[in-house]
Amino acid sequence: MSSVGFPLLSLIIFLPLIGATIIASVRGDARTVASNARWTALWTSLIVFFLSLVLWVRFDRSSADFQFVERAAWLGGLSISYHVGVDGLSVLFVLLSTTLTPVCVVASWESVEHKVREYMIAFLVLETMMVGMFAALDLVVFYLFFEGVLIPMFLIIGVWGGPRRTYAAFKFFLFTLAGSVLMLLAVLWLYLDAGTTDIPVLLNHPLSRSAQTWLFLAFFASFAVKVPMWPLHTWLPDAHVEAPTAGSVILAGVLLKMGGYGFLRFSLPMLPDASLDFAPFMFALSAIAIVYTSLVALAQEDIKKLIAYSSVAHMGLVTLGLFTFTTQGIEGAIFQMLSHGVVSAALFLCVGVIYDRMHTREIAAYGGLAHRMPRYALLFMLFSMASVGLPGTSGFVGEFLAIVGAWQVNRVLALVAASGMVLGAAYMLWLYRRVLFGALAKPELKALLDLSPREFAAFGPLAALTLWMGVYPSSFTQFFSASVASLLDRHQALLRASSQFAGL
Amino acid sequence: MEGILNWQAALPELVLALAAMALLMLGVILRRGATEIVSLLALGTLALTAALVLGSDRPLVAFGGLFLVDDFAVFAKTAVLSAAALALVLSLEWNRRERLDRFEYAILVLFASLGMIMMVSANDLMSLYLGLELSSLSLYVLAAIQRDDLRASEAGLKYFVLGALASAMTLYGMSLTYGFAGTTRYEGIASAIEVGPMSTGLLAGLCFVAAGLAFKISAVPFHMWTPDVYEGAPTPVTAFFSVAPKFAAVAVLMRVAAGPFGPAVAQWTQILVLLAIASMLVGAFAALRQANIKRLMAYSSIGHVGYALIGFAAGGEEGLRAALLYMTIYIVMNVSVFGCIVAMHRNGVACERIDDLAGLSESAPGLAFALAVLMFSMAGIPPLAGFFAKLWVFLAAIEAGLWPLAFIGVLASVVSAFYYLRIVKLIYFDKPEGAFDALHSGVAVVVAFGAVFSIGFVLLPSPLLMVAGSAARSLLVP
Repeated sequence: MSSVGFPLLSLIIFLPLIGATIIASVRGDARTVASNARWTALWTSLIVFFLSLVLWVRFDRSSADFQFVERAAWLGGLSISYHVGVDGLSVLFVLLSTTLTPVCVVASWESVEHKVREYMIAFLVLETMMVGMFAALDLVVFYLFFEGVLIPMFLIIGVWGGPRRTYAAFKFFLFTLAGSVLMLLAVLWLYLDAGTTDIPVLLNHPLSRSAQTWLFLAFFASFAVKVPMWPLHTWLPDAHVEAPTAGSVILAGVLLKMGGYGFLRFSLPMLPDASLDFAPFMFALSAIAIVYTSLVALAQEDIKKLIAYSSVAHMGLVTLGLFTFTTQGIEGAIFQMLSHGVVSAALFLCVGVIYDRMHTREIAAYGGLAHRMPRYALLFMLFSMASVGLPGTSGFVGEFLAIVGAWQVNRVLALVAASGMVLGAAYMLWLYRRVLFGALAKPELKALLDLSPREFAAFGPLAALTLWMGVYPSSFTQFFSASVASLLDRHQALLRASSQFAGL
Repeated sequence: MEGILNWQAALPELVLALAAMALLMLGVILRRGATEIVSLLALGTLALTAALVLGSDRPLVAFGGLFLVDDFAVFAKTAVLSAAALALVLSLEWNRRERLDRFEYAILVLFASLGMIMMVSANDLMSLYLGLELSSLSLYVLAAIQRDDLRASEAGLKYFVLGALASAMTLYGMSLTYGFAGTTRYEGIASAIEVGPMSTGLLAGLCFVAAGLAFKISAVPFHMWTPDVYEGAPTPVTAFFSVAPKFAAVAVLMRVAAGPFGPAVAQWTQILVLLAIASMLVGAFAALRQANIKRLMAYSSIGHVGYALIGFAAGGEEGLRAALLYMTIYIVMNVSVFGCIVAMHRNGVACERIDDLAGLSESAPGLAFALAVLMFSMAGIPPLAGFFAKLWVFLAAIEAGLWPLAFIGVLASVVSAFYYLRIVKLIYFDKPEGAFDALHSGVAVVVAFGAVFSIGFVLLPSPLLMVAGSAARSLLVP
């Protein structure tokens, strides 16, 4: 079932846009418009979510091929077509995006009061861009969605963000754009070299070593900013701190994964020699990211900033795992991305909950919340533990596999990666202690209410996923293990071929 | 198909010329209250001319080889006439608000358009110069049409003095070319260059012609007049300047580069590469600190010309097509942005500061959305039309191996994204300053057209691609 007659994937990609159009066309007084916008956004994103569940059910897990493929002529004279489909590497990211969008809508239900209509439109457009990017099987289509994300995200940070939102939005936009335009040049070069931008074709398109080096650098410029890898990560803490809660959720949950996915989809399979050549470089940057940003996280006073830095560290583990070229490493990296997508999203929601009540993110402003908000404390505990990588939670599986992968390549590297886990435990537990434990000394905290049913509804799916991924990881790994295996097989074959050429 | 007198070939031009003169008479006879009717009739004339252009037989050479109609000419003429019509629509509203009751406005637009469509059809340096001067003289007067306004008069004078200098340079270059090639006919010059090593005289002629035309498209370093004239001239005139003459001049430059000076491609490319790099960088960096939106748009247009020049420095069918597409997409976006600027009236007074746009999303959500879309499109963010314009020029540049150009181009686009984003920031992030006056339906149509075009281009890019492709082909293979 590599191809279905029904354009399911396109429906998932573009349905949010239809929802956005409906929201835009609603007329009436501000209250009606706002309530309509919320409900339409919720229903649209839920329908999209259920449609994407069809992908989950009908996806052939034993195959490494692209499935649900659709193709349509698009850019007339150029052989660039609208081509979408999912394989094991991308299908779960599509699901991650469709899961987090309704969560975001629910999470912003009451906290956003200003320009609700525009807000919901921005999120639905963002969903289209995210899903489209993961499903794209043509480089130009991929680029279109990859860059298109910037527009709604820029507006989300800038319009609904905190006091320094302008600075953060510009920094986010310009950093990402600067990286991406270099990738655009690489895409165009590839088009001229291969005569097509079709990703399945390009995956089998041989490239000389020097071309690979340049292409790798160009793709690196784009993906490393997006991941973000040290030292290009500085936009992330600003963007996270200033973004509204749901913006942070999507940013951490999905947008960062775009970089990792890019490495996985393009750099590793298309540029095998260069990836191997640059692996030590990538390891070095990842190792620095893991240790350095974890230490930086220890010193943060702002909860969101702390979690933002922890994201950089966790994504460092992802890039480290990817470039080990081992089954465990790559599977661990993918799993870590998925797990981080759920866990960091949930942690930002946790921050959002207390921010909505207290309007501050200073760690020092809190303390002893567990006395007033036991349920919240429980959930925060679960997600902190998952972030730390406690066995039984989703965080453990990914980190463990990635470290096992690193161990096979270089033991020092594995040691550094593992030290990141220790530091992660340090800053998360310390954060937890400062915010939730201790005496409830501050008078303004005494009136806090525990989670509302709406907040539970937002947390519920994320908590369930965290535990499910931790307890029964193979229900997720089975999606991508065939694809990872074929990626590695092909990688080995290509390397053999190129070393034979070198021998000649 | 060559004929000594082939009126058929110049039918659109003849109709336009006669109609313009008839409207002038009508205006003189009616005197008061003529503006409205003359403007509307002028719009009709432009539409009729465009229809005649689209229906013309091609390829066709007329008037003993002075005049040429091919796919390229048809493409450029249609674009110029449409741009003129859109700019004229903007002026209707502006002139009413500013109580600028002059029917000559529309007539001058017609004569300027006539000059432009003549020059894109020219097949001889003489007919080129005639067209160029007809359009330029009309434009000088247009710049100063608000003659009681100090800034407008200054702008007109500045434009005239510098424009005359540029025309003189072009003419000097043409005379040198004539002296060394022995002819002003395009084919003759091409064959004179082809025969042997290029003489220094011809090379000098080429440089002077290039410099004169670079002035008209306001490419750096011949751009000095642009910000002042754009700022001083009435807004719809600026809108007109930034689209129609620019497209026409780029088209002429393309024809001259591909036709008479085609064999001297190595020399051309050097000039164009330098012009492109300088224009992109100046366009990006100089715009960063502007406070007046018209000045900002002036620098933005300088930058955009730089990108179009990339396409044509790359050369070949791909490159020329890329440049044509770039200019087409640019004029649609630009005229709509100027529509938004025309709409910037508060209590009957025109606002030109960028800060006046603050909080537009509260007071006029529709206009704000359109302007934001246009700004993202101008910055070249996908999936909007401006991205595709850039995509094709960079593709052409890489195909031609012009890596430095492509590299500087993408980086300049990041810098220029900053000032486009600044406008989006003002519109959406900042507190409102007070509402603008209600939008006139003509302006609204122009603005909406640009926004819909920018968003919808991604869905159906192929028709424009095909037309531009055949235009570029006809330029290379007569």
